[in-house]
This record gives sequence, structure tokens and C-alpha cells, in this order.
Amino acid sequence: MSLEIHHLSKTYGRQQAVDDISFTLREGEIVGFLGPNGAGKSTTMKITTGYIPPTAGKVLVHGMDVVHHRQQVKRVIGYLPEHNPLYTDMYVHEYLHFSGRLYGMKGASLGQRVKNMVELCGLEKEQNKKIESLSKGYRQRVGLAQALLHDPPVLILDEPTTGLDPNQIVEIRNLIKEVSHKKTVIFSSHIMQEVQALCDRVVVIHQGKIVADDQLTRLLQNGQSVQTIQIEWDRPVELNALERLEGVVSVTEVRPGCYTCVSQTGVDIRPALMQFSALQGLALLSLKQEENTLEGVFKQLTNSQS
Amino acid sequence: MWVIFKKEFAGYLYSLIAYMVIGVFLTAMGLLMWVFPGTSILDYGFADMSTLFNTGPYVLLFLIPGITMRSFAEEKRMGTMELLLTKPLTDWQIVLGKFGAALALVMVALAPTLIYYYSVYQLGSPTGNVDTAGVMGSYLGLLFLSMIFCSAGILASSISINQIVAFMMAAFLCFLLYVGFDSLSGLPMATSWSLLIKQLGILYHYESLSRGLIDSRDVIYFLSVTWILLMITKTIIGSRQW
Repeated sequence: MSLEIHHLSKTYGRQQAVDDISFTLREGEIVGFLGPNGAGKSTTMKITTGYIPPTAGKVLVHGMDVVHHRQQVKRVIGYLPEHNPLYTDMYVHEYLHFSGRLYGMKGASLGQRVKNMVELCGLEKEQNKKIESLSKGYRQRVGLAQALLHDPPVLILDEPTTGLDPNQIVEIRNLIKEVSHKKTVIFSSHIMQEVQALCDRVVVIHQGKIVADDQLTRLLQNGQSVQTIQIEWDRPVELNALERLEGVVSVTEVRPGCYTCVSQTGVDIRPALMQFSALQGLALLSLKQEENTLEGVFKQLTNSQS
Repeated sequence: MWVIFKKEFAGYLYSLIAYMVIGVFLTAMGLLMWVFPGTSILDYGFADMSTLFNTGPYVLLFLIPGITMRSFAEEKRMGTMELLLTKPLTDWQIVLGKFGAALALVMVALAPTLIYYYSVYQLGSPTGNVDTAGVMGSYLGLLFLSMIFCSAGILASSISINQIVAFMMAAFLCFLLYVGFDSLSGLPMATSWSLLIKQLGILYHYESLSRGLIDSRDVIYFLSVTWILLMITKTIIGSRQW
């Protein structure tokens, strides 16, 4: 196991930021850590990097406890903190050399490594600029280059794409995908598409507790057990008549003639709706099954407990 | 520690703080020693450098907090503290690196004043009639004093996130340590404790060194005050772990 979190809790004063969470990451796994703002994502990551200690529970990175073997753990982790803090008065290559030397790298091998990272992160043109003059997207690349410099087997990225424009988001996402081979990656986000684009497994956290930890595909399937169908006819019908149909739980009127029906768990209500329109002699204009996206699942998971 | 030292020292050079400090210090000392009528050696007529060693600490009292105020305050404000603390560095390495860089900058500012020693040496009648031992002792005292000021400045910077607050706290702390205890010992109610209070301050030990006698008690005083201040700083940096 590359990263193990056992019954981790953290309290700030009276506030419970993280409440007894446990999960493990296999080597080479890439996991999305999802949750609304203030759910405890950053706190969990800060504990994992050894920046702050847990109140209870423990975190093992490559079998080493982050509290007792803090210095060793820090060597195997590459960390991109939230808001990506950087020494803005340094030049890009100067900053990367500085970071490398902190890990004991030096001389030609450090120079080569910095060169590789600059190429990998697409910073060739920017490497002789000061960090303060870079755009946010390029700063994020510098942050990633810094996290990857010592070739860490574990990568912790705290909201790597917040505040970027759509093009930059895609670029950073591709970059993460490219570097994540053979690395254990955990990255936090509150953007669903990102998780869908990058990883196979998601851990959803809400109010300090884990509400879901599963393969992405399975999470989506589970969410689909309830059907939501929008149907439109050429003229209005009575809501009561629709509600009486077998398997229909609730009906809401979008506008006269257009209704949204929600099914019972595991029941397909489309045949019943077709039959109904035939019996009533209605002309069917459209029938649309609302796709159950991760967004919906996320909403479902995080709303249910609040 | 060496990496942090180099980064900090380079930071002083890039941000022009270094040139400001060196320029201001040397201008002030040059004027005081050779131009201003009240304190000028040329008017005074004696070949000694007491002007440098008596007024130098007051200039440093303001300059050193100016050097050190950003060391931790800036890192905290920019969030780079988190970056630094998640690198494989111990808290001691960070504190000592920053302390060393500040002290090195002060030493660079002090070094050119050795020319003054040469001038005074040449002006002496007969040539070379100057209390060399006293001057060397005073230089050592100034160096030790800078160590305490630098560690006090770094401590103030580690407490505050605001550089101005850090500057004022550091200047006050330096002032208190330098002359505060000395002045307090003069209070009428402190007569029976007066020597002890006096010995807590820097001035007592600084003056003793400037006589050219390097007493191990004074050396131990300077080193231990520096160590205590740095220890407190290290504890504050580590307090996130509580």
C-alpha cells in the first residue's frame, strides 16, 4: 500500500474538520478526492504531507508514519499546496534549482532534472522569467514542476486547477495525466468533470466524513437506479393521472404539457408512459432520460447528510 | 541549512535591501565619525574609534529589524511557509539559515569600517598609536550584539504576519535588551538588584568587551541570549504541530 489513512480525525478548537476517515491507495493508483469547500480535503492533505499533525488516527506513506518519520515521508511526497504558493521574486529555473537542492540534488544531475521538468511542463519559453510575471496557468505549471522535481512516488495535489481558464484546465489536466504513470496520485477538487477526466476512483468527503469511496463507473451506476424522465406532449394532462401510473413516485410540471417524472428505485417507467400516451391519444413530442452525471451523484451524496 | 542561507542572502541582494542597509549604515557611520562636528574624530583629537562603537549599535537597532522583518512574516503571508515546511528540512535548518543570512549581511555592512581603523591608525601620533586590542574587542562586541539583534528580529518576524509589526517589535526588543536593562537598573527601588539587572542587558557586556578584554562570561552571555531567542523562534515555528 502506497498511502494508508487509518481513522484520521482533526479538530481545530471546537470545529471537527476531519472525522474518523479511512482509505488506502494502491501503488500507481490515481484517486480524486472530492467534496464541497470546507469538507476537510485540504486538512487531510496537509496531515498527509506532515505539515500539521492529526488529532487522532494515523497516516502511513510507504509504511512510514507521517508523525514519527516526518523527514523521510517528506522525501517521497511531491506536494502542490492549495493556492500554489511560490517565491514570486525568483526566476523559474532559479526556483526549481532551489527546490532541488532542498532534496539534496546538485550539480549536473540537478541541471538535467530541471531541464527535463521544464520540458515536461512546457516552461521552455518562461524559464528565464520571474515567477511574478507569469500567468496563473504557467504558475501552476511551475508548482507542478516543483512537486515533480525529485521524482516522488506519491503525488499530492490540492485543487490543482482552481482559478484557471478552461484551456489552462485542460492543459494542466493533461499534464497530470502524463506524469501520473507509475505514481500514486491523490488530488482534490470540487469540479466533477475533472475527476471524470482523470481518475478511476473517487473518494467523496462531506463535513469531514467519507460519504462514498468507489470506482467511478460503479458510483455512476448506483446513482442511476432512480430514473428521471422529462416527457412532453402536445397538450396538458392531469398530474393525478400520471402519478397513478405504476412505478412513478413523483411528477412535477415544468410547463403545461411538459412533465418531469421520477421513478421508484430500479423500475423503468418508460413503457408505462408510452402506453399512457397511446391510451389518451396524446401526441408524444419528446421523451428524455436525464443523464445521471457525477454531478448528480455528488449532489445526492452531499445533500443527503446535511 | 546552507540552501536556505543562500536563498535568503540572494533574496536580500535582489530586493535591494542589502544595498539599502550597507549604504545607510556606512553613510551614517561615515558622517558621524568624520564629518559631524560633535562626534568627529578629527575634532576630538584622540586616535580612537569610540564613535563607531557607541553610535553603531543605535544605527543597527533600526537597520537589523529592517533586515529581518520579512524573514518569516513574508513567508507566512505568501503561503510559502507551507511549501518550506513540507520540504525535507528541519525547523532548526530553516531558522538557522535565515539567521545566518541576516547576520552575514550585517557583517558585510560592518567590514568596510575596518578602513576607518586603518585611517585612525595612520592619523595617530606617532603613527599606530591606537588601542588595537580595544578596537578588536569592540568589533567582537559589535558582532555579538548583531547576533542578538538578528535573532530578536527573526523572533519578532516569526510571531507576526505583518512586516511593520515585526519591525516595531524587533526594534523594541533590541532596545530593551541593549539599554533597557541598563536604564532600569538605575531605578531607586532596584538598588539592591541593580548589578544583576545591569548584567541582563547587552550594554554591560558590550562595554566590558570594548576594553579589549575578552571575558568568557561575556562571550557566554551573548551566545546564550542568541540561542534562547532562536530557540523560542524554532518553538514558534514548530507550534503548528501542537
